[in-house]
Amino acid sequence: MLLEIKDLHVSIDGKEIVKGLNLQVNAGETHAIMGPNGTGKSTLALAIAGREGYEVTSGKIIYKGQDIVGMAPEERARAGIFLGFQYPVEIPGVSITNFMRTALNEIREYRKLPVLSASEFLGRMEEKKKLLEIQNKLTNRSVNEGFSGGEKKRNEIFQMAMLEPTLSVLDETDSGLDIDSLKVVAKGVNTLKTKENAFVVITHYQRLLEYIVPDIVHVLYDGRIVRSGGKELAIELENKGYDWIKKELSRA
Amino acid sequence: MSKIQDSTALKKQLEQMFRENSKLISSHDQPFISKAREEAIISFSDIGFPHGQMEDWRNTDLNKALSGKYTSLFKPGHGDQSIDQIFKCNIHELETDQISLLNGWYIDTKKPLVKQENGVISGSLAKAMEEYPEIFEKHYGKYADKDKDGFQALNLAFAQDGFFIYVPDNVVVEKPMQMISIINWSEGLFIQTRNLVILGKNSKITMVHCDDSTNEEAMFNNSVTEVFIDENAQLEHYKLQNLNNQSTLMNAIWFRQMKNSSLKSNAITLNGGLIRNYTHTVLDGEGASAEVYGVYLMDKSQHVNNQVFIDHAKPNCYSNELFKGILDEEASAVFNGHVLVRKDAQQTNAFQSNKNILMTDTAKANAKPFLEIYADDVKCSHGATIGQLDPEAMFYLRSRGICAANARLLLLYAFAREVVDKISIEALKMRVYDMIRKRLKGELNICDTCALHCDGPNKEILFEIDMTKV
Ligand SMILES: Nc1ncnc2c1ncn2[C@@H]1O[C@H](COP(=O)(O)OP(=O)(O)OP(=O)(O)O)[C@@H](O)[C@H]1O
Ligand SMILES: [Mg+2]
Repeated sequence: MLLEIKDLHVSIDGKEIVKGLNLQVNAGETHAIMGPNGTGKSTLALAIAGREGYEVTSGKIIYKGQDIVGMAPEERARAGIFLGFQYPVEIPGVSITNFMRTALNEIREYRKLPVLSASEFLGRMEEKKKLLEIQNKLTNRSVNEGFSGGEKKRNEIFQMAMLEPTLSVLDETDSGLDIDSLKVVAKGVNTLKTKENAFVVITHYQRLLEYIVPDIVHVLYDGRIVRSGGKELAIELENKGYDWIKKELSRA
Repeated sequence: MSKIQDSTALKKQLEQMFRENSKLISSHDQPFISKAREEAIISFSDIGFPHGQMEDWRNTDLNKALSGKYTSLFKPGHGDQSIDQIFKCNIHELETDQISLLNGWYIDTKKPLVKQENGVISGSLAKAMEEYPEIFEKHYGKYADKDKDGFQALNLAFAQDGFFIYVPDNVVVEKPMQMISIINWSEGLFIQTRNLVILGKNSKITMVHCDDSTNEEAMFNNSVTEVFIDENAQLEHYKLQNLNNQSTLMNAIWFRQMKNSSLKSNAITLNGGLIRNYTHTVLDGEGASAEVYGVYLMDKSQHVNNQVFIDHAKPNCYSNELFKGILDEEASAVFNGHVLVRKDAQQTNAFQSNKNILMTDTAKANAKPFLEIYADDVKCSHGATIGQLDPEAMFYLRSRGICAANARLLLLYAFAREVVDKISIEALKMRVYDMIRKRLKGELNICDTCALHCDGPNKEILFEIDMTKV
């Protein structure tokens, strides 16, 4: 198993947000996580990536057989975990090129791979830019600075393509994307998909799942996964909303 | 109180030195300069050294610097030594004309003053005083206010040598002029250099002014520069400061700008015990513009004080100030920006900004932007920030595999970049980037050569690809 989350509890500022969550992801799988606003989806994603202040009060996040709770975010990234942010940060003055070069070099150094030469690196940039139909002028700019909502999301997937992670958690990468961009992003994800890696896609819209077809769909509600099923579950949610789940839960 | 006594002691010592050496001090003088010296030493006796109760000096502690033991040289101390024996300096891909001071004295004694075919004169101030009395009578001591503070008076009384640059009307100087001031003496020196720069109408020059130490001796440099920028003339002035932690540099620059002239000044402070940059410009003709920038990277107990006074004396002028600093450990910084818009200076545009990043709880920054406006049709803004690195940005970078140290480096570098990006000479900009990178990594030393030549431990730099080289 690539990722196994066991009875995870996460608090922010002493307030419990994730309340006993279980999730298992195998290599080669794509999972979708849906759920109403404010139920803890991003909190889960950030806890997996190791955001400071997201305190794991109990439970385990086992990745490749090792509990990563307490590991620095960069160590997780080097081990192959990637988070596509719901709200990517603007970093004036740091160009995407330098950012990616530094990241890739550090990851490669950690994995004892030779550092890419400037031309190898730029070759890789070109290849991934083509894949995601990213214009040159975008990568010469500062990270996310002044990017449109859609450009920011596309840039997240571009970074994922550059770093080739094993586990990618994509937090609402589809929101803010027009239909063409959505297709490009989906194509990117599908091209990068292998038997060895896995994707956890957080979304509100079933539309994305027509392009990135999940093996399993989960519903996250009030800090827990309360239902899991096949891709039909997403269609059902799209049609009926979340009320029926809430009702069932309150009855139980 | 012993501290005050110490600065009084230095004051007494200097007054006595002046009397005992006045013959030597005034040996190159025109009579009016000797007269100015006499008046200046009286001013100094009256006002003395600045102290913490004065608004502009409130957060700058001079006590330690003024209680040091110093000697002064009233004639050059280097004999026949040539500059190449002390240091070499070259910025990759940047050709400059170079003039140098060693311990406050112009070093090339064989050719103290050079007049080029196009009429540009450069070299020793002492020599120029003798040769060009008419220029001195018109400009010397006319822009710097000797009563502004004790240091200005003291400098006017004592100054014997420094840089002199004269660019005639309509001459565009292509090669930047590099002015290097090196301190290398076996005891603590008290130096008072004075520079005079004249730009004729429609002329243009770029100056790169480097202040460097070459050893760990204490020194006190009280430097005053006067610059006249005539109509339509353009000056770019870069200052690179890389001094040892025992050094004190009082650096006052007084500009007078005429109609449609433009000034771009950029002070890059990388090291120094106590550095004060006072920039004073009078926009004395319509259409003049002054861009005054600075970036400082201080650590240990270093202190930097940037003071800018912009006098919008005429309508339709533009000024823009941007100072950014990174302060680590116990370092401290002061920024005081004062913009004066006089009654008739309509259509003034004046902007001012100071941003600081504190790396520790013990680092300190003080910012006081100040607008004093008497005209009604003006566009002015000012702002100051003091903060830490953005934790969201830190996490974003780290989540891509970049370690905390490098993430910090990337963000700090990006922060400083906004100022460095304003350097218009590409080769110099690259060199400054490099120095800042080294400084941030703790690899920039007070080398035994000029900072610009200091390659330090030549480690591979992880980021920044020069796209032109692939
Ligand atoms: N820094 C914080 N301090 C306090 N509460 C927080 C903090 N961050 C998130 N929360 C709270 O945690 C809860 C879960 O937030 P989270 O961002 O995980 O929701 P989400 O499921 O991703 O929602 P959405 O679909 O709107 O993105 C919310 O109630 C939110 O207000
Ligand atoms: Mg969310």
